[in-house]
Amino acid sequence: MRRTLLLPLLALSLISAGLSAETTQEKGLAIASEADRRDTGFQDFTADMTMILRNRQGDQSVRALRSRTLEVKNDGDKNLVIFDEPADVKGTAFLSYTHATQPDDQWLYLPALKRVKRIASSNKSGPFMGSEFAYEDISSQELAKYTYNYLRDETLDGQDCYVVERRPADEYSGYTKQLVWVDKQHYRPLKIEFYDRKDSLLKTLTNHGYQQYLQQYWRPDEMRMINHQTGKTTVLKWKNYRFRTGLGERDFDQNSLQRAK
Amino acid sequence: MRPGCFIPSARRILIGAALLFGGIVGQNTYAGEWSGRIGAELRLFTAAPLDTRQGEDNLSLFAEPEYYASWNDGRDSLTFVPFIRWDQHDAERSHADIRELTWQHAAQDWELSAGIRKIFWGVTESQHLVDIINQTDLVENPDGEEKLGQLMIDLALIRDWGTLDLFILPGFRERTFPGVEGRLRPQSPVDTSQAVYAASEKQRHLDAALRWRHTLDDWDVGLSHFSGTSREPRLLPGLNDRGEVVLIPHYDLIDQTGLDLQLTRAAWLWKLEAIRRVGHGPAYYAATGGFEYTLSGPFDTATDLGLVAEYLYDERGNASPNPFQDDFMLGLRFTFNDVQSSDLLIAAIFDRETRASSFSLEASRRLGSRWKLAMEARGFAHTSNDLLSHFRNDDYLQAELSFYY
Repeated sequence: MRRTLLLPLLALSLISAGLSAETTQEKGLAIASEADRRDTGFQDFTADMTMILRNRQGDQSVRALRSRTLEVKNDGDKNLVIFDEPADVKGTAFLSYTHATQPDDQWLYLPALKRVKRIASSNKSGPFMGSEFAYEDISSQELAKYTYNYLRDETLDGQDCYVVERRPADEYSGYTKQLVWVDKQHYRPLKIEFYDRKDSLLKTLTNHGYQQYLQQYWRPDEMRMINHQTGKTTVLKWKNYRFRTGLGERDFDQNSLQRAK
Repeated sequence: MRPGCFIPSARRILIGAALLFGGIVGQNTYAGEWSGRIGAELRLFTAAPLDTRQGEDNLSLFAEPEYYASWNDGRDSLTFVPFIRWDQHDAERSHADIRELTWQHAAQDWELSAGIRKIFWGVTESQHLVDIINQTDLVENPDGEEKLGQLMIDLALIRDWGTLDLFILPGFRERTFPGVEGRLRPQSPVDTSQAVYAASEKQRHLDAALRWRHTLDDWDVGLSHFSGTSREPRLLPGLNDRGEVVLIPHYDLIDQTGLDLQLTRAAWLWKLEAIRRVGHGPAYYAATGGFEYTLSGPFDTATDLGLVAEYLYDERGNASPNPFQDDFMLGLRFTFNDVQSSDLLIAAIFDRETRASSFSLEASRRLGSRWKLAMEARGFAHTSNDLLSHFRNDDYLQAELSFYY
């Protein structure tokens, strides 16, 4: 008799514990899922990008690019980047099909040789065009690419934020972890700290000038990346965001890669 | 200066095409834009030439402007890329060409282009067996990577089962060869004025080609067939009008079937190109296969280091006019991922039988935002029993400075 009485009680206490005390992993995933949910359904967008690279001595170098992104249901986004500056890489274009758990598919078009090269996607930690942004920093941020852990609440520049730690699932990532400051009101990443393979702070990204498009999707006008180990910085400016322009799969194939100018 | 050899009929077709789509351009036209590059190249040879008529160290200037305009939301475009080079010693290397003059229309499941274009097929690094649409502009560089513009109509069908390209190729372009005063040529110069054709229509023979290409997960596959005048001539000895021994290009009618295949697995690229050619002497197979493995950021640097190894095979063996018939290529590719986009490729090709070897080094670096410096060096060793012996005194170091606008 005592046993039958005890068991339901035990079960009840386990259930209530599960309901009330969400683990920090669960809370971290919930925050990331909500941010992901709020950014779903944009279909496609195009934008112009300018990168300003500076080293410790203050030498400056400028890149101009155009970006097209297609949202893919139940998979990572498709992305086409066209290089306009510097002049010697004008016409070079980069096509990637990102995937949540599989490695991304990537092609590079070299206009001088008229050659499309399928490239290894394992070098995602490499600098993008010599900047402080790595390929993995600018590629589509899929939910399944990380495991999450909620750390704390914190106020950043007057905005209430969740601070979430995320660890890349991919063995080829250049990071052990990232700390993301997500604002509680709109679930936008305001700041990201990147920790290198030795787990020391490598870079800090801050996003500025968020604007809302189609009454739903928030995009920053400016992203500032600081490399703490080299003193180099890259400012990435976004202009002319256009959503739902009618792009389709056909605009992200190898023929379009070669025609992109 | 020798203008590129454009056949009058080809020119008429082009003007007709230009007039035809000139009418369509009317609405929705974007202002076209010019870009391009100009540059100077200096070649320093380490030894005196084998033939006293050949030049010593050489200076050369070149320009390659590009005009591009698009309309209909980018679905139609016009591209024009002329090229011109002046060379200090070699009259054949001073030449002009239209690399591109093409109109292109892109629809949902097809694309059509008409005009002069360059098309590249293939995946391997050491040689490009499958690539056959464009003629090699061999005076530009002994590596054969530079191509002449080819007049064509190309219809691409873009479907779920892949992309099928159908080509009609009117107007054959002769291969360019270094002239009497040029270096990096056979010991007897090639006399292109005496070129012999298997086709009775000679350069006006209509060539055709098709290629199917598809991507299946990690695999990229291409299957192609070409029917027409061989881009590669057989070089047979003869006499010029002064009674000197020269090599005369013979252009055969061939059928070539090609396969190109790449498997991309994490840091590994596995590559294969294979051809079967009929009509160019006895039918034969040739292939190139190997891998490229990329180490990302080794030794705590931002550099990517690519290790390239390929085997080059030609069924004809030593009877082959291609020196790479049983050879290994080993290469190291450094991509420094710096602000100047510096890179360095060091490669060597070894012949398993003759022991001949050739070495190359190619490096480039951006200077400021509009200049680029490219260095190139080639050397040849143990060539006594090999076709490469023609180049045994032609080891060189080259610097090329380009301005982009």
